[in-house]
Amino acid sequence: MQTQQWRKAIRIGLLTGVVVLLTCMVGMVETFNARDLIVGVLTLGQVLLFAPALYAGYLATGNDATRKPVSALLRGIVTGLCVALPVIGLIVVATVWPDIRKYFVNISPALLKILTFDQGAVTGSLMLAAVMAGMAALGALLHVIPLRFRRPLIISLAVTFGFSLFSDIPLNIANQFLERTVVRNYFGTKGITPIAAIIVFTLSLVVALYWEFSGREARVHRQATITPAQRSRNRTIVTVISAVVLLLLPWIIGQYISNVVDQVLTFALMALGLNIVVGFAGLLDLGYVAFFAIGAYVTALMTSSGNLGMGQSFWVAVPVAVAASTLAGIILGVPVLRLRGDYLAIVTLGFGEIIRVLVVSDLLKPYIGGAQGITQVERPSIFGYDIISPQAFYYLLLAGVLLALYISSRLRDGRAGRRWMALREDEDVAEAMGIHLVNSKLMAFAIGAALAGLAGAIFASRIASVFPNSFNLLISINVLAIIIVGGLGSLPGVILGAFVLVGLPELLREFEEYRLLMYGVLLIVMMLVRPEGLWPSAVRRRELHAEGEIAEHEGIQPEPVQPLM
Amino acid sequence: MSILELDNVHAYYGKIHALKGVSLRVEQGEIVTLIGGNGAGKTTTLRTICALMRPTVGSVIFEGEDLSRYKPSALASRGIAMVPEGRGVFAKMTVLENLEMGAFHRKDKEIDADIERIYDLFPRLRERRTQLAGTMSGGEQQMLAMGRAMMSRPHLLLLDEPSMGLAPVLVEAIFSTIVDINKQGTTVLLVEQNALMSLEIANRGYVLQTGEIVLSDDARALKQNEMIQKVYLGIE
Repeated sequence: MQTQQWRKAIRIGLLTGVVVLLTCMVGMVETFNARDLIVGVLTLGQVLLFAPALYAGYLATGNDATRKPVSALLRGIVTGLCVALPVIGLIVVATVWPDIRKYFVNISPALLKILTFDQGAVTGSLMLAAVMAGMAALGALLHVIPLRFRRPLIISLAVTFGFSLFSDIPLNIANQFLERTVVRNYFGTKGITPIAAIIVFTLSLVVALYWEFSGREARVHRQATITPAQRSRNRTIVTVISAVVLLLLPWIIGQYISNVVDQVLTFALMALGLNIVVGFAGLLDLGYVAFFAIGAYVTALMTSSGNLGMGQSFWVAVPVAVAASTLAGIILGVPVLRLRGDYLAIVTLGFGEIIRVLVVSDLLKPYIGGAQGITQVERPSIFGYDIISPQAFYYLLLAGVLLALYISSRLRDGRAGRRWMALREDEDVAEAMGIHLVNSKLMAFAIGAALAGLAGAIFASRIASVFPNSFNLLISINVLAIIIVGGLGSLPGVILGAFVLVGLPELLREFEEYRLLMYGVLLIVMMLVRPEGLWPSAVRRRELHAEGEIAEHEGIQPEPVQPLM
Repeated sequence: MSILELDNVHAYYGKIHALKGVSLRVEQGEIVTLIGGNGAGKTTTLRTICALMRPTVGSVIFEGEDLSRYKPSALASRGIAMVPEGRGVFAKMTVLENLEMGAFHRKDKEIDADIERIYDLFPRLRERRTQLAGTMSGGEQQMLAMGRAMMSRPHLLLLDEPSMGLAPVLVEAIFSTIVDINKQGTTVLLVEQNALMSLEIANRGYVLQTGEIVLSDDARALKQNEMIQKVYLGIE
């Protein structure tokens, strides 16, 4: 038992150490170190370097820490030393053999400075080991704190971290309402000041503690005994509040964040369309960007005041753009939808590429501008008011997303939804039930394409130009990742997914080069930990947790395992 | 007039000649069984009836109409219901949702009443109506697949190997339900490897071997037939 625990501590420590080593070697630690979290105190690079040790220490010790705090502390220290070991190896190698940089360009003097606290290799390595051991020991000792204190503590640490990492949002809000000199006290150019960090931490700790001690059970009980009348009243209140917030949002968050939200909403609109195709009907479409491109190009061609355009108004162009992408969806659909599963994915992938190649081709250059794209796309105007600013586009996009949400939910709950659900499960049996396969699939494809076309139309006028490189394969993959991470088939999940996969990377733009790496990590973690998505639909949740719920439903208790002796 | 008539049907999988001139008749109100070993062409015959395959030669006539004009999805409303081999329930829908899918093409107001009738036929399904179909036992899934097929109020019910993979007790229950369904007025074409059981409940039978009908007779006579006893019933 004893040796097992130690072995576990060493294993987790070394594994974490290798992960930390990797983040150093791909250059993340150095890049992230340029980003302040708490000005002058803590950088994101330091968090990346030391937080894993804290977590490893927490993982390596169990709940027995309360009974044997000294043993837990020791195990934590060993874990921390194990985390430090691979990194110290890196310091040694880089010191002895500076030429390693030829092969691993990211092992730079700057990185070594960070790792050794600028104290030289020997002292630095010792300090690193000490800090890692300290962090892991702290992690181990977290178990000693009773749960009702531990939970608020962890929550407020996470809130402070999130607040400082995404300090752009509160900074921009503060800039709207406060004097610049006042704002300077709390925000650096990146990150927040120590005073602000202390305020945020204390506030969130107080709230979390209050929440924890004000009777968690009573609250759960109240939730369970709520009457339908109260529930509908609560729902009305929530709806009204969220409507007001949604309407005022761009004026609270300012121009820069509005722009980010616009980007998120554009992708959300596309994702809602793809959700109908993949989430509802189960047809894997990897060339979805093609419909987005068609919508954007049609709008650009119709409204551009340049020599390629026809100078029509945006409102004339939108229906045409949507019709064109719908038509493209049907034209692609008719031959392709007889294919199943993987084959469909490959053909749609090809279709997406064909559209991209056509757009950059010399053949079509006289008509759609080739690589130079189309510029001077007209901005929409409504009742004499020009939609130009990100805030104004926010409303246009919000209207589009709400429309898509309405269409999706009506379709999902109606006969079409059932039809798709049946053919997603078994095409032959669905056909035997009297479901016309090709028509049902075409309908999904056409509606999905229409929403992508709408997103493309708004996109073109928001950017005021279209270029072929805005429509590459990565967009298709990005949109697909949104609905998978959010939860296939789930409408709130799609919106949440768009915020996570489009909003967060926009706010962390400096780390653009690690975007795909983080994507990969996120997708793997999601598949392991939460395969149903962040906010799964009721149906998917039912599928993936069917057994537990059925046991619960029938009141079956798992039988206690009888000891053998 | 026969409810279903196959006349000299030939069908191919690529170059493989799967059905070599199959002719068979099912009369109104009968239980007819089609028996034969693996690869004899039983399922191919059913697929041809359901328009999932087109005969290269020959015709499939249902209630006086040539089925080759129909799409597979149109057959449900035309009065043919199929319970596929391996049951094919919608695993991720509940029992009730599966039954509702069976009535998908119907627009009348008696669907709920029919669901109650199915529950009376299979009381087990009533107990399990909110359960996901995929989490039920094989026998329960077979009942569900049959109940779902009955939801379309078929004139002709096609059953593909309903006994496959089921415990003997369950097989008996399923077969006695087939008799019940038939007594309530549905004509049944039963495809089976389990010749003993299916000849027990059928009026007439056809024996299919490598794509050809080699025998056809009264079920009682077939049971007495020497070749049948030897090959399919294992009686020496």
